[in-house]
Formats: sequence, C-alpha cells, structure tokens
Amino acid sequence: MPDHVVKLEGVTHRYPAGRGQMRTVLSEISLRISRGEFLTIVGPTGCGKSTLLRLVLGSERPSEGKVLMNDVQIQEPDRNRGIVFQRYSLYENRTVRKNVMLGLELEQFSLFDPYLRPRLCRRRRREFMIKADEYLERVGLLEHADKYPHQLSGGMRQRASIAQAMVMQPEVLLMDEPFGALDVGTREAMQVFVLEQWRRDHQTVIFVTHDLEEAIFIGSRVIVLSQYYSEDDGSAAQGSRIVKDAQVLWPLPRPTEVKHTREFNELMNSIRREGLDPTYLQSIREFDLSHGDAVSWNEDLGWEKR
Amino acid sequence: MFKVNVQPGRIARRALPLLPFIILVIAYMVTAQIRHHENPKDKLVPTGKQLVDGFRRTAFEEDRDDEYRLWVDTLASARRFAIGVAFLFLGVIFGLHMGTLPYAELMLYRFTLFFDKIPALAILPILFIVFGLGEVSKVALIVMGVMPTIILDTYLRAKAVPHEQITKALTLKASNFEILYRIVLPKIFPKVLDTIRLNLKAVFLFLIAGESLAATAGLGYRIFVVRRYVAMDIIIPYVIWISLLAFLTDLGVRIWIKKRYPWLDKS
Repeated sequence: MPDHVVKLEGVTHRYPAGRGQMRTVLSEISLRISRGEFLTIVGPTGCGKSTLLRLVLGSERPSEGKVLMNDVQIQEPDRNRGIVFQRYSLYENRTVRKNVMLGLELEQFSLFDPYLRPRLCRRRRREFMIKADEYLERVGLLEHADKYPHQLSGGMRQRASIAQAMVMQPEVLLMDEPFGALDVGTREAMQVFVLEQWRRDHQTVIFVTHDLEEAIFIGSRVIVLSQYYSEDDGSAAQGSRIVKDAQVLWPLPRPTEVKHTREFNELMNSIRREGLDPTYLQSIREFDLSHGDAVSWNEDLGWEKR
Repeated sequence: MFKVNVQPGRIARRALPLLPFIILVIAYMVTAQIRHHENPKDKLVPTGKQLVDGFRRTAFEEDRDDEYRLWVDTLASARRFAIGVAFLFLGVIFGLHMGTLPYAELMLYRFTLFFDKIPALAILPILFIVFGLGEVSKVALIVMGVMPTIILDTYLRAKAVPHEQITKALTLKASNFEILYRIVLPKIFPKVLDTIRLNLKAVFLFLIAGESLAATAGLGYRIFVVRRYVAMDIIIPYVIWISLLAFLTDLGVRIWIKKRYPWLDKS
C-alpha cells in the first residue's frame, strides 16, 4: 500500500456561473495525504473547501486533474471513505443503534437470505448489534441507543454520526464542518472527543472547517485554501489555491489550554493574515508550504517537493 | 367568542365541537315535523323514526332476493375500494423510482404531469367501452383518477430527500436497490400514506360515480336506484353510512401513522 492514501494531482474545478460562463473554484490543487494524518482544511467563505471534500468523497469529479485513492482514481462515494456532514447524516426514521448498524446491514444484505438462511441472518444481526453497541459505547451513547435522532441534542447527534461512519472502518474519514451548528461549549467538547478518537486509532481524517481555531487545535496538518492571493504577474486570482500547508506541532494529548499559548496564537494570526484577509494579497511565490508532504504536480516530472 | 388570546374552558372544549352536529339534527327534526304536520305523506324530509326504520329495513331485513341489502352493497363497494387503493401503492413504487432515478424521471415525469390533468370522469365512457360495464372499468376509474396524484406526490417527496443522505448511504455500501427501498422508501412512506389518506375522498368519489352508472350492487348504485322512488328514508341513512365509513377509515389511517412512526414530523 502506498504511504499516501489520498492524492490530488493538479486538480482544477469549475462551476457553470450562468450565461455560458464558467467560474473556477479550485485552481491546480496538488496534495498528498499520508496515512494516519489528521488533515484540516480551513479557508474563507466560498474558497471551495467543501468542494474539495466532495471531490475526495467522489460525489463530484474534477474538471481537470485527478483525485486518487491508493493510486486508483475516485469515481463515486464508496465504503472506503466515510463521511460526517453538518446535518442529515443520520436517518431520522431509525433509532441511533439502527443508524449505526445500517452500514453493516447494507454491506451484507441479500434479498433472499432471511428466507433461505434465517439462522445465519439472526446470528449476523446479533453480531452487528454487538459491534454497533461497541462503537456506541465508545462515543458515549450506549444508553441512548434506542432513541430516535430527534430526541438527541446536536452534539449527541454528531457523535452518533461519527459512530455510524466509523463502524465501517473506512480508510479515510471525511468531515464537512461537523460542528458548525453546535454551540461553543459543545463544540469544544466535540473537538476534544474527536482528538481522543484519533489518538486511539490514528484514523486518517480530512476535516473541513471555517473555524481557524478549530482547524489548528484539532489537526496534525493544516491546509489553508484561499482565493485571496495574486498570480505571478500580479493579476487577480483565478480560483483558490493552497496558500499555507503547515505541520501542527503540539503533541497529543492536547488539552484545550494550548489554545491560549503564544505559538498557537501566532500561527492563528499568520493564517488569518495570509489566508483569510481579502485585502492582503500574497504572491504565489510567498506561500508557506512548509509541510513535508507539500508538493506540486507536474504532468512531465510528476511530484515535486515544494 | 371573537377574542384571539383565550384559553377555552373544559366544558367549552367538550361541548363546542358537538354543537354544530346538534344544531343540524335539531334543524332537520323541526323541518321534518313541520312538513309532516302539513302533509302526513311527505317523502322529501322523512322523520327520524322513518329514517331509523329505513335503515333497519335495509340492514336487518331480507329483500326480494333474500339478501341484506346494506351489507351486500357495503361489501361490493369495499371490494372495489380495496382493489383501487391497492393499485395506488403501485403508484408509490412508480413515484419512488421517478424521484430517485434520473433516467426514470426524464422518461416519466412529463408524461405523468400531463396524465394528471386528464379529468378521469371524461374518460369514463372510454373505460366503459374498452373494459365493459363490469368491475374492471370501475376500478380503472379509481386508478386513473387518483394514481397520478399519488405518483407525483411520492415523486416530490423522494426528490426532497437530502442528497447528503443518499451520499451517506453510498459510503455505507448501499446498492441502488437498497437506496431506493431501504433508505428513501421507509423515510417517505408515512408521508405518502398520509397523502393516500387525504385522497381517499377522491377514491370514494370515483367509486360512487362509477357505481352510479353501471353496477348491480354497491353503495353508490343503491342511492341512485332508490332515487327513482324518492326514497329519502333509504338515501339519507346510506349517505350517513358512507360518510361514517370514510371517516373511520381516515381516522384508522391517522392513528396507524401516529403509532407506527413516532419519529415523524419531529426535529
């Protein structure tokens, strides 16, 4: 297996913007993601960070370039990449336990098995239930297993969605602003919770957020995507690029106190200026791509270290 | 009475819903009394006693053919009703496919939309000519009249399922078949059931329309037959009976939905 689970090779993505015009959202994004990385993607509103995630998920295909997983081009969403959305991750007509069991059931489903091999089916169901409960216990929801999603709080619902995705043991877990709708206190608790989960099994995670503090606190590698930069010749930007790609240094376990340290705030301020400030236009050559995996993709030469 | 911000008391909450019924019954009784006082042979507004008698005769006394009319009619109508409603569930399957599969949508949506606009009663003659005057044409009338509505409603509900949930299902290794029948259908089914419930009125309407024109038994058939003899003492109990059946069916479905789907309309 290759060291890098997910690779993006010169990915450009455009959307139709009406009247036959196309709008470039992402411009020549190249990215390699190591196994076990907790990658956070942060950027200003409209920078295309969710689009990038959808490309990795496979629900959209790039206009140019390739998105690869284990060196195979991604075609459609599949069971190797789990997803947690901000909303609608859970099925409201299923109890929490049944939501978590859903993936296991779908994977083993056969229309005729319940009639032809009822005993096998019953045994399987029991196994699924045990496995689902194991994950529910892990996310602290075992006592709420028989409740419906509408009976849970926002934070509990997101923990259930995480269990629902993790029970499939996907190679990569994608999260699209999963805590965006939560209040501040719950949000911080969820960040600590996700970090604990990551510390436990080093699941590869790609985490999209608009909250800079969250991105730096939670990730092992932070990527800043921004449309606020200037091209080599000083012209205006065409689509977002990765303007910063940095390793996050503080080790695990990571108490929430690191958010108040000087290093944390310095990193936050530099990202805020370079990435999120629409008036500060950094030139392409000034980008801070200090991470070991930061690369550019060239059709002829292949990967180039930046 | 004309105040917005009030909390009705206990007695009012019990009594007021019954009030219109009571007023209606009293008004009817008074009218019947007055008319019978003037003309003891009045047929248009039979007295309460005559109504009860009419009901008793049709329900508990054998007619010339040794049959208990009301029950024979009810059974005949119920059969047509049940077959018609069963076909409506076929419409649910149609709508489900249209709402989830883009190719099915392209092929069938416009067509259904057009089909929906044909007044079913206008093609009743065609149905009679094609299927004859038997049971088929009556069930066909119900299906033609109500099915497009059910298809379109199911279609819209299936389409309104957040695409996140479909994507999520794909990441949980759901096949296309499973997305349709294990994700989307269970989610929209109670709402669809509710739409079918609301359309039961149309089902009854087409049922009675079909029966009134050609049948040998049935609730609608009977009303229109005895109309010739101005037998109001039969017609009125029949109308009340039909309304009662419709009301109870509606109530049954409503209770079923509420009991069976506790998650519905929450959050």
